[in-house]
Amino acid sequence: MRSPSAAQQQGGNKRRRCKFRGVGLLVCLVMAARPFLSPQPLLQEKIRCMRLWTASLRVTMTVALAQWSSQNVMHKKVLFFGFGWLFFMRKLFKDYEVRQYVVQVIFSVTFAFSCTMFELIIFEILGVLNSSSRYFHWKLNLCVILLILVFMVPFYIGYFVVSNIRLLHRQKLLFACVLWLTFMYFFWKLGDPFPILSPKHGILSIEQLISRVGVIGVTLMALLSGFGAVNCPYTYMSYFLRNVTDADILALERRLLQTMDMIVSKKKRIAMAHRTMFQRGEVHNKPTGFWGMIKSVTTSVAGSENLSLIQQEVDALEELSRQLFLETADLHATKERIEYSKTFQGKYFNFLGYFFSIYCVWKIFMATINIVFDRVGKTDPVTRGIEITVNYLGIQFDVKFWSQHISFILVGIIIVTSIRGLLITLTKGMYFVSSVLLIRMSMPLEYRTIITEVLGELQFNFYHRWFDVIFLVSALSSILFLYLAHKQAPEKHMAL
Amino acid sequence: MAALERVKVLVLGDSGVGKSSLVHLLCQNQVLGNPSWTVGCSVDVRIHDYKEGTPEEKTYYIELWDVGGSVGSATSVKSTRAVFYNLLNGIILVHDLTNKKSSQNLYRWSLEALNRDVAPTGVLVTNGDYDRDQFADNQIPLLVIGTKLDQIPETKRNEVLTRTAFLAEDFNAEEINLDCTNPRYLAAGSSNAVKLSRFFDKVIEKRYFLRDGNQVCLFS
Repeated sequence: MRSPSAAQQQGGNKRRRCKFRGVGLLVCLVMAARPFLSPQPLLQEKIRCMRLWTASLRVTMTVALAQWSSQNVMHKKVLFFGFGWLFFMRKLFKDYEVRQYVVQVIFSVTFAFSCTMFELIIFEILGVLNSSSRYFHWKLNLCVILLILVFMVPFYIGYFVVSNIRLLHRQKLLFACVLWLTFMYFFWKLGDPFPILSPKHGILSIEQLISRVGVIGVTLMALLSGFGAVNCPYTYMSYFLRNVTDADILALERRLLQTMDMIVSKKKRIAMAHRTMFQRGEVHNKPTGFWGMIKSVTTSVAGSENLSLIQQEVDALEELSRQLFLETADLHATKERIEYSKTFQGKYFNFLGYFFSIYCVWKIFMATINIVFDRVGKTDPVTRGIEITVNYLGIQFDVKFWSQHISFILVGIIIVTSIRGLLITLTKGMYFVSSVLLIRMSMPLEYRTIITEVLGELQFNFYHRWFDVIFLVSALSSILFLYLAHKQAPEKHMAL
Repeated sequence: MAALERVKVLVLGDSGVGKSSLVHLLCQNQVLGNPSWTVGCSVDVRIHDYKEGTPEEKTYYIELWDVGGSVGSATSVKSTRAVFYNLLNGIILVHDLTNKKSSQNLYRWSLEALNRDVAPTGVLVTNGDYDRDQFADNQIPLLVIGTKLDQIPETKRNEVLTRTAFLAEDFNAEEINLDCTNPRYLAAGSSNAVKLSRFFDKVIEKRYFLRDGNQVCLFS
């Protein structure tokens, strides 16, 4: 590992520090000033945002006066906090106004700390900062994230769930605590069937919590990866696109409108029947008096039977109209995809799709082999790949040197796509913690030391095996599912 | 009896504001027991007496087409929805009084229905491109209804109602604020019922009685 001299490092750090501080402040300002830009800001919102602004300013100031040598990391944290907040407001809750600022704050804090964790991995590879401060930051980060993840988030989820049920409104807090205790119990029990602990660690150590969080996170990640690995080529490649013409769409739309017309005419009959019944004084089968009863027996028996029959027909037609609507939407989407695939971007993604499909097949193959032959990936795949290529091509190549950089780039790509995947699929801190565990596998042996040191002696082999199993199961079942869905669709259109 | 003439009114608004409950209340005079998401479009029919109490009284069917979805959907979903916007005679815009964004999205909803959809500009200010002139020459009557009135605490009621008054003025429309789980808001004789009745009368008039030379081709 090459390490630049300390002085150079400090100089670089200083510059970066100033830049990040500025950007962080700017983001906080923009966030806080946003309500003032909207057309009719309410006074209370203004007050709230002033408070927020001063709070964030105070936070930034305290952070600025904090540890001098690790300025970089702290400011990036503020920056990430700002990004998390913005993302939350823009993308996730675009069409809904979030009243509870607690939710936003927790989300942003989780996001900020998670990003910092990833950043620390990158620092690990690059050799930035001295190792003792890195160690300190690792510990700090992990503690905070675990605290939030295991204590705060479930509690608040329970609290909000309970406050939505009107019955339990009085003792919200009590029920929230009960829910949280149930969650903790199951969380603890989760650890029993898995061989994740060596007996020398105590009850409330970090390893206990991480191992449990890791299991949940690895399962989720493997499921998502399995599905994503299959879905990605299916979406990108145009080979799978069915041919949809405008005539198809028009025909389907005409059917949909005809169905709607039929529903409307039947509902008109029902409405008119109800109205005449109402006008004649026969309200809802409540016969008043002797003659009322006789009348209801002779006349509205036929009427109401007729009505219930029509009502059943209406229900069936409504179901049909829903199906037709979904099919039409599907056709429109396919047509749009076909048009998109003819553009330059579409062709690029098509090519990527072929590339990804090969990658997915390879991954599934490797997962099978790992399970069948009871093997865990010890060598970094990139190094191995380069070794093989180099030996095959006979080129003089400094494998170690290049593999560092390439693996760094790959880890960066994994991180970036993980973040995107995370933020879109909404699985939070657990995803990040388990990503850390799994990224460890993709890194060459030298880099693994600090992570192992911080996370203690978890059984990493178990996690890799578990990931492979779940990945395989998920990928195979999504292949099956997509195959069935693809098969069914053209047949439906044949029946038109 | 099916020979009565018909009028088509769209009910538009964001997901979850209460359009299905509202339509059920208007047509069946009952509260909807189990609301669930509307897939596609659900239609219901209300029988309305035009010019009630006068010698020209006539009964019409008013079809309320409740179209589900969100205004920020993909273009393919929007073009699927567009099939329901043909031949429309009136629009009821529904928004949630507890959720400001749903009121802001009404501008985009109305533009989408009137076939003059602006591409979504950004996310920060949704009505930045709003231009009142677009609604000045609009022939189709609009009505703005705010739901979930009971969930607004008394202290905030005034400011919410002022905001919605501005909104209705922008659309050049009447506004009604109610709670769809309580039929007394639309009880016969209340001011809300009168406004509703006036709106339907206006829709019927525009459809059947005002055939000018420069009518919009949306009429059949």
